[in-house]
Amino acid sequence: MLSYDIVIVGGGPAGLAAAVAAREAGTESILILERDHELGGILNQCIHNGFGLHTFKEELTGPEYAYRFMEQVFEKKIEYKLNTMVMDISADRVVTAMNKKDGMFEIQAGAVVLAMGCRERPRGALNIPGYRPAGIFSAGTAQRLVNIEGYMPGREVVILGSGDIGLIMARRMTLEGAKVKVVAELLPFSGGLKRNIVQCLDDFGIPLKLSHTVVDIEGKERVSAVTIAEVGPDMKPIPGTEERYTCDTLLLSCGLIPENELSKSAGVELSPVTSGPVVNESLETSIPGVFACGNVLHVHDLVDFVSEEAKKAGENASKYVQKTLASSDKESIKLVATEGARYTVPVTINTDRMDDLLTVRFRVGAVFQDSYVSVYFDDERIMHLKKRIMAPGEMEQVILQKKKLAEYPDLKTITIKIEKE
Amino acid sequence: METRELTCIGCPMGCQITVQLEKGEVVSIEGNTCEKGDIYARKEVTDPTRIVTSTVVIKGGDKERLPVKTKSDIPKDKIFDVMKDIDAVTAEAPKKIGDVIIDNVAGTGVAVIATRNIGIE
Repeated sequence: MLSYDIVIVGGGPAGLAAAVAAREAGTESILILERDHELGGILNQCIHNGFGLHTFKEELTGPEYAYRFMEQVFEKKIEYKLNTMVMDISADRVVTAMNKKDGMFEIQAGAVVLAMGCRERPRGALNIPGYRPAGIFSAGTAQRLVNIEGYMPGREVVILGSGDIGLIMARRMTLEGAKVKVVAELLPFSGGLKRNIVQCLDDFGIPLKLSHTVVDIEGKERVSAVTIAEVGPDMKPIPGTEERYTCDTLLLSCGLIPENELSKSAGVELSPVTSGPVVNESLETSIPGVFACGNVLHVHDLVDFVSEEAKKAGENASKYVQKTLASSDKESIKLVATEGARYTVPVTINTDRMDDLLTVRFRVGAVFQDSYVSVYFDDERIMHLKKRIMAPGEMEQVILQKKKLAEYPDLKTITIKIEKE
Repeated sequence: METRELTCIGCPMGCQITVQLEKGEVVSIEGNTCEKGDIYARKEVTDPTRIVTSTVVIKGGDKERLPVKTKSDIPKDKIFDVMKDIDAVTAEAPKKIGDVIIDNVAGTGVAVIATRNIGIE
């Protein structure tokens, strides 16, 4: 059996940043396993700009951002295997993988970093009525066809869902000569970044219809028309509000789901809110020595934060194999998200293992204007941060100080909530 | 007095900015949380610009398409002229990040450059 100190599952932005950080933290034996034929993950098809403002203080495209990390992987001579599919991870960290060259093989890992990313929610999970003709794509599939393979999936387009990839594809297909007729969003707010609504829809006069959904798809061989309708507060279509758009293509941008089949079969505890692993302050899952970062942990909006999170996971995996990560025996402080906050990453904190500063990331469940992010240590309000706007599509964070937590030795629960005042 | 509501695109924060204009002159800017927002808002109401990203056909490479971008931002009303030039060009492998693909795109004085490395097939 092969043996590596750290095995990283996935060579996208999370896996690359985790690998670089683990090497910088002094771990020599690292292996990245990537199922695609190249490193970089989804960034390879994200040719638009806007990446890297936090990490590199400049605005890069996806491939450029990925290359910054790939370059470091090459320079540091970190090992990786491409075209390699991980089949199984066991609770004692034996990774089973396969590729055409090596066949099926096993690796004993000192620590595992889960960095498998996420998947798009497919049509089958959306219950859209109508026929099943050709011409219905997830936005990410269309992005791959246009940007990597050089094919236009269609000429007249309706988009369901206002996730970032859908917005980006509305612009991309418009630039390549398609007519994007409308973007319909079921919810009363967009799940995409504000800047994408401005740059990808407003710039080209593409209407965004909030509280609308697709109620019919027409076409036997190929999509010929899509009907959308307004939905009420119960999310049900309102009769009489139907609008029919002739088109040859329907793109779906209806959310991303962390890809955790491997985590599940390993026995990693998953959060029902994020669909990602439940992790502690070290980004360690319920299985000791198995860490998680990036979109497999919770879906991010910005790759910069994926890199930041993955760096921590890589450093902690390195500490774990070097046995410098403090024991996890001490009773942890629980983090609770409530009243507007949907979840937190991490969900527990062991102060012995905590860095001087700990970033707690979370999302809100609705749009909040002129509200406060409040952090309570048990019943005492410790932080009260004013925000002009918070939306479900934009991840929020608070930073906890170790020295502040040290002032509360009996602290049991930290609660994050959204307050009007 | 004219009021314009903008969403800053200077960074992913997306600050909501309110600009007051008097006879085309900026009188006040509110809501930005950094210097970038101020610069963006002034520009957006007087001289809006964008970075354009796309792909070009590449011959003899290990990939079908070469992703490219305008090296700096170009006037917003030139976006489709820039796309016309980008669609007309064919690159030859190999290419490296930063290689100039078009010197002066659509008369903007801005270059179009490669955004990934493409090796020979």
